[in-house]
Amino acid sequence: MRGVLSDRMGAALLMAPLLLFLGLAYAWPFLGVVKWSFTLPSPGLGQYEALLTDDLVQSVFIRTLRIAAIVTVVSVVAAYAITVVWVRGSPAQRLIAEFCILVPFWISVLTRAFGWVALLSNRGLINTWLQSIGFISEPLALVRNEFGVIVGMTHFLVPFAVFPLASAMRSLDDRVLLAARGLGSSRMRTFWTVFVPMTRSGIIGSAMIVFVFSLGFFVTPAILGGGRSVMIAELIYLRIFQSPDWGLGAAISVVLVLFVGALMALLFRYVRPKQLI
Amino acid sequence: MQQPGRAAEIKAIGIGKSFGSFRALDNLTLDIGRGEFLTLLGPSGSGKTTFLMILAGFVQPSEGRLFSDGTDITDRPAEQRAAGMVFQGYALFPHMSVEANIAFPLKVRKKTGAEIKKRVGEMIERVGLVGHEKKLPSQLSGGQQQRVALARALVFEPGVLLLDEPFSALDKSLRGQMQAEMKRLHQETGTTFVFVTHDQSEALALSSRVAIFNHGKLLQVGAPDEVYDRPDNRFVAEFLGEINMLPLKGVKPADNGSTGLCEDRAVRMNCTAEKVRGDAILAIRPEHMSIAREAAAGENGIAATAIASTYLGAATKLDLTTRQGAKVTVSVPNEVAAAALGKGNSVWLTWPAEKGFLLPHGGQ
Repeated sequence: MRGVLSDRMGAALLMAPLLLFLGLAYAWPFLGVVKWSFTLPSPGLGQYEALLTDDLVQSVFIRTLRIAAIVTVVSVVAAYAITVVWVRGSPAQRLIAEFCILVPFWISVLTRAFGWVALLSNRGLINTWLQSIGFISEPLALVRNEFGVIVGMTHFLVPFAVFPLASAMRSLDDRVLLAARGLGSSRMRTFWTVFVPMTRSGIIGSAMIVFVFSLGFFVTPAILGGGRSVMIAELIYLRIFQSPDWGLGAAISVVLVLFVGALMALLFRYVRPKQLI
Repeated sequence: MQQPGRAAEIKAIGIGKSFGSFRALDNLTLDIGRGEFLTLLGPSGSGKTTFLMILAGFVQPSEGRLFSDGTDITDRPAEQRAAGMVFQGYALFPHMSVEANIAFPLKVRKKTGAEIKKRVGEMIERVGLVGHEKKLPSQLSGGQQQRVALARALVFEPGVLLLDEPFSALDKSLRGQMQAEMKRLHQETGTTFVFVTHDQSEALALSSRVAIFNHGKLLQVGAPDEVYDRPDNRFVAEFLGEINMLPLKGVKPADNGSTGLCEDRAVRMNCTAEKVRGDAILAIRPEHMSIAREAAAGENGIAATAIASTYLGAATKLDLTTRQGAKVTVSVPNEVAAAALGKGNSVWLTWPAEKGFLLPHGGQ
């Protein structure tokens, strides 16, 4: 009991600088934003009322949720495949997977977004190649739309989706998989009926992380969406920096933070923070 | 390993396995009879588990062939061999109920719903898990999890059941109970059981035959009393239980046995001195030696001094030193030990000729 207490005290002490920093640099300014949402341009709940009636805000919210959902599914599936190779592959396969997972972290999100533009635009690599082999005659619309946004975001988020999955796969007892095979189950069947269900907590954690990240994406949708598929973070930016509508921008921020907070609370009911790294 | 419901007969010929430069198993040849209860016994790293994994198909041998009912199954993958297997730590599916765990091998075999339900029900009853059908493994005690693992491995009537130290996580009283249960299951199913353990008392209590391994080599196979009473070598003798070793000189064959000099006294052994001549070691189990006031002429016996005793409840363990300084331990009735320690400590140790056996001098 004493050990547990002193462990907690120690952890609290080590966490203190971070908490202090978050409090001063994030929570305190955010309280200002909350205040704006109730006071600008005039005191009251007017901005929240507008949120419920403004068609543009609602369509952006719905688009954001849709894109986040698609990105989540695609990222988790891709990350699952990569993680299987990373955790259970041969040493060479592991090395390649690790390289693919870590390298994206060294390249800025901005560079990556422009990289995708170079690949996906009308005169980009993919369209010119497809045209040159005669597969298509007109360039495909791969960028400045939702498709481009989804590709760019998925590329950014897959490495983040890998870690909770890797943690779940590493803690899995190999003997259980052997047992399944010994009982007559093929590799495929063992994968679907034993391996995947046993990594459920990793899948939930991974999906939650990707989904929450997706909701707040700014740079990638701004560049790859080309202003035509505005997501919620970009909308907040537009409301505050381009149209002097600070109150509405603040109200959207507050709603987004509350929504993400609720999702995180839900996540931690199913998954321990330790399982996410 | 063949049609359900029939016990398999397994033949291993010249099986070897190397992991890199480590020789895990060396030139193992062993027949496992139909319906027998064979225990693979040895310390950790002795090769017994490697052999079990080769039988299951999880490990591919580096050399040698494996036959089941006359069919070469060396290259057959684990899922097609379908030996029942109980793992150390049980390896139950944590996301499935007791019922679903036991139904798994039947579902894989595409049995009908009605048949699965019937056989799972029977199995649950047989291992005494009625009322726990819907629980998850994490909600069960160690003993109950063990039963689920046994039920899951037996429900599809495999030709052979492989067990890898299944009782190592259980406390002593539960172990005894599960051992009895396993013996019952063996009799009821008639399946061939291959059981891995490092616990020699477990091996002697359960098996019809024991195979003793050390350093990747199979040292001896035989019925429990055979390997216990007549071990081939020093390792087997010592691994199966406490044993006294006395130096012996001038060993030579005599009618229906052999004779030699133990601490300058002539002793007789019923075993023949085929492998050993001259110097040898006389090995006798502690419970086969008795304390006497003197040894009659022609009786096996040496003089010794009692040093210490350990009370064990049913008997007393008495430590003695012979005149030439060899240490001997005997297991004797409590009052005998007290008397031996009482009267000047000087006693005679005697043993019947059939209980002493010869081991080569030095070496393993």
